[in-house]
Amino acid sequence: MASVTYDNVIKSFGPVEVIKNINFTVADKEFLVLVGPSGCGKTTALRMLAGLEEVTSGQIRIGDRVVNDVAPKDRDIAMVFQSYALYPHMSVFDNMAFGLKLRKTPKAEIKKRVEEAAEILDIKHLLDRKPRQLSGGQRQRVAVGRAIVREPKVFLFDEPLSNLDAKLRVQMRAEISKLHQRLQTTFIYVTHDQTEAMTMASRIAVLNKGILQQLDTPQALYDRPANLFVAGFIGSPSMNFFPAALSVNGGKVFVEMESFKVQIPDALAAPYKNLDGKKVTFGIRPENIHDPEFAPVNTHGEKVPAKVDVTELMGNETFLYLVNGKNTFIARVDPRSQKRVGDEVQVIFDMDKFHIFDAKTEEAIR
Amino acid sequence: MNPKLRIGKTWLYIPLLLMTAFYLLPMYVMLVTGFKSFAEIDLKTMWNLPKGIAFDNYIEAWKNLAPHLKNSFLMVVPATLLSSALGSLNGFILAKWKFKGADIVFPLILFGMFIPYQSIMIPLVQFMNYSGISGLPGLALAHIIYGIPITTLTFRNYYASLPQELLEAAKMDGADMLGIYRHILLPISLPSFVVVLIWQFTSAWNDFLFAVILTGNKEWPITVALNNMAGSQIIAWNVQMAGSLLAALPTLLVYIFLGRYFLRGLLAGSLKG
Repeated sequence: MASVTYDNVIKSFGPVEVIKNINFTVADKEFLVLVGPSGCGKTTALRMLAGLEEVTSGQIRIGDRVVNDVAPKDRDIAMVFQSYALYPHMSVFDNMAFGLKLRKTPKAEIKKRVEEAAEILDIKHLLDRKPRQLSGGQRQRVAVGRAIVREPKVFLFDEPLSNLDAKLRVQMRAEISKLHQRLQTTFIYVTHDQTEAMTMASRIAVLNKGILQQLDTPQALYDRPANLFVAGFIGSPSMNFFPAALSVNGGKVFVEMESFKVQIPDALAAPYKNLDGKKVTFGIRPENIHDPEFAPVNTHGEKVPAKVDVTELMGNETFLYLVNGKNTFIARVDPRSQKRVGDEVQVIFDMDKFHIFDAKTEEAIR
Repeated sequence: MNPKLRIGKTWLYIPLLLMTAFYLLPMYVMLVTGFKSFAEIDLKTMWNLPKGIAFDNYIEAWKNLAPHLKNSFLMVVPATLLSSALGSLNGFILAKWKFKGADIVFPLILFGMFIPYQSIMIPLVQFMNYSGISGLPGLALAHIIYGIPITTLTFRNYYASLPQELLEAAKMDGADMLGIYRHILLPISLPSFVVVLIWQFTSAWNDFLFAVILTGNKEWPITVALNNMAGSQIIAWNVQMAGSLLAALPTLLVYIFLGRYFLRGLLAGSLKG
């Protein structure tokens, strides 16, 4: 069991800096998900911890021990790869036992540990098979099993579910969460899929262009994104953004979009009172835009006119693609909504759930 | 299958069969002549079947060639095994353990494939004289070194097709460079080994030029001995042909028994497991 610390870590490939000074600590037994678009440096960050890439500058510590120059095998970590990377010529048992054999673990001990891991992962009946005789999901389990038997201090996962089909992915997600609870060990998990991040993580680190954008619990990231990037990345469909300017009039704060304006409720207006005329980006999530017929009461609703461009019926909800002037945005409304393509409608913006970002720095203003 | 296509395929077989027959004509002559008596040998009756089946020619050819057949094996087996092993190690390093300049070293090694035997004959003989390596060991050494480019190329391409994550997983499991080679790459290299072993066996076995310049008559491998069996005045074609079959048999057998692995191995690099 151990914590993991990135201390001023920089990684360059030649002249290209892919990790630009990241700092964070993963607590012992935590499930941290590193998430970001492809090329954001999340995999590189993980590979440095694994010892597969050198750290250009800064320190990575596991527990109190600096591991920059420690060989991968001596870091007491295990990794599950995206392609599973099972040894094709070895049986499932030998795949899982390989690391232990190299460490000269006694045979009886190896057998015990492999069988325990196989029990946990429900692959006991597959121990004699070769990887090519397994399905994708089974290979995935073996890859996880190979990590478990080593009893490492830290588990690393590099996009382990991205080669699985959608249904299996959902199932494995739950199993990895369960595994984390059972093993009570530090998990660091890399993915580009924000749904995976939201569902499994105890905390999420959002990376973009080699910079740590925000590190917080899933709910906090969702409710209080620190900047425009995080706001747009977390949540599906994405948050709607509108270029806007603030205006203060008689103590009331308004957000003026190109073709409409909304008022910020007085209780939330304090941070904006001195920002008259400031260029901002106004953000609101699709589920906070309502069909007036089904809008919740007790909200500071602002009516916004719009034309329905596309409707997507999902059964449990309906997405309305709306147009107002040059702005297009999505509302996630009640499935009973009768709005149809071409309708001129009024939708309700729930002004208790808005976000304002500085147009220049893209940081949240709150 | 589309009937039109089927008819098209039938037509395709006619020229293919004709070409096969044409290609097999020398084999036919070799076989029938090997069973003829000396009196039967004549250009006019070259295509005729022998009057009877007698193994006298083979017995005589065997008497002449047996020690040289042994020489061939003594030279070819180490030459094949060593150049395959070296090629596999080279391929591993060049594909998966790249060092600075690896991308220059690899083409340089490949360049060796394009050097004609004839152009290095004199320096080769001189080298063998100076170094004191002579006869069969010298010949084996020449074939080992001449084989390195093609064996390196074959293994490098195969290893390059393997995912890097496989090696990284082994690294995390605690294997070092040699451990990865021994435990992971070597066991899955069999298809490439078959290709390279057949290739090296055949080319070293069939070689004549290196053999004739590097070995004396006691150490001749079978190719040179076969050539020298023919007297300068009269050539006993029947014995000569029987000897030819003896000389060709080992490579033929190797290909018959390992041929399907050969094709599979050639394809191995291009297919994903």
